[in-house]
Amino acid sequence: MSLFDYFRDRKKPAKTASVAKERLQIIVAHERGQRSQPDYLPQLQQEIIDVISKYVQIDRDQVHVALDNQSDCSILELNITLPERP
Amino acid sequence: MAKIIVITSGKGGVGKTTTSAAIGTGLALRGFKTVIVDFDVGLRNLDLIMGCERRVVYDFVNLINGDSNLNQTLIKDKRSDNLYILPASQTRDKDALTQDGVEKVLEELKLTFDYIVCDSPAGIEKGAHLAMYFADEAIVVTNPEVSSVRDSDRMLGLLSSKSRRAESGERIKEHLLLTRYNPVRADLGEMLTVSDVEDILSIPLLGVIPESQAVLKASNQGVPVIMDELSDAGQAYGDAVDRLLGETIPHRFLEAQKKSLLQRLFGGR
Repeated sequence: MSLFDYFRDRKKPAKTASVAKERLQIIVAHERGQRSQPDYLPQLQQEIIDVISKYVQIDRDQVHVALDNQSDCSILELNITLPERP
Repeated sequence: MAKIIVITSGKGGVGKTTTSAAIGTGLALRGFKTVIVDFDVGLRNLDLIMGCERRVVYDFVNLINGDSNLNQTLIKDKRSDNLYILPASQTRDKDALTQDGVEKVLEELKLTFDYIVCDSPAGIEKGAHLAMYFADEAIVVTNPEVSSVRDSDRMLGLLSSKSRRAESGERIKEHLLLTRYNPVRADLGEMLTVSDVEDILSIPLLGVIPESQAVLKASNQGVPVIMDELSDAGQAYGDAVDRLLGETIPHRFLEAQKKSLLQRLFGGR
């Protein structure tokens, strides 16, 4: 910073580092959550879809599989939206 | 007992090879018999950074395939009797490195060396996987920048799941090395600070290497930057090696240098 800059630019610098930290904390936490999922989860989801589609017409997006790890037990949550009856 | 240390980062261009060269040379200068292994098949560069590019005859893949033996393949560093380099192959065959082949070579190296420093390629492909698979310790090289920090976290996940130690229920000892750090910009709030990155990655800090002109100067000449003992980066790498060997030393170069009145008035650097 030279003498001229000193007078020209005195506005406060933007604190972009705190934005970076916040964004990183969110994305890293999200990705760590996915990482702790067991490898079989996507395949499990596919097979569940296959079984259900034998009987009902469903969309892949209508099936949600989530594994929630709590201290002493894990909860496998299946959420399947069936199409409306005609 | 030989120790295998992988230098990894996920993201490219953050300083893995610079760090491998510096840490490997530092260990050798402190009396440990050290070999630095370049795992970046197809994009060999450790030889250039170490200044031995014209002495490469055989490479890692030749050694695995039995075309050459260890004595023919290892390049002895001219600056230290304890230091050797195992250059990567320039082949375009991405399956040239095999897990069995790498294991065989590392087992052979373990017989004669105290430290085996594995310079990982960027990415999470085979080369990067094999570089970390047999490691006892990992140095995760990170820049204070969002994509580098995110990729480092991804590598930490892989270290704790896709390595031999992880498969047998052990842990790889992880170290964070923050490179290209600019304390002035961190003070201004323009760059993630050391503690920001520590907070996010939550692994022990091995060292902070300041952004330094010495790094380019050293690579231009093919001299590991740790040999430039007068430079900030060289000294910071020296401290990191001492910490790796178990010493407790305060971190340096974390504070912005105060400029004198004259420097401030005339914009000197």
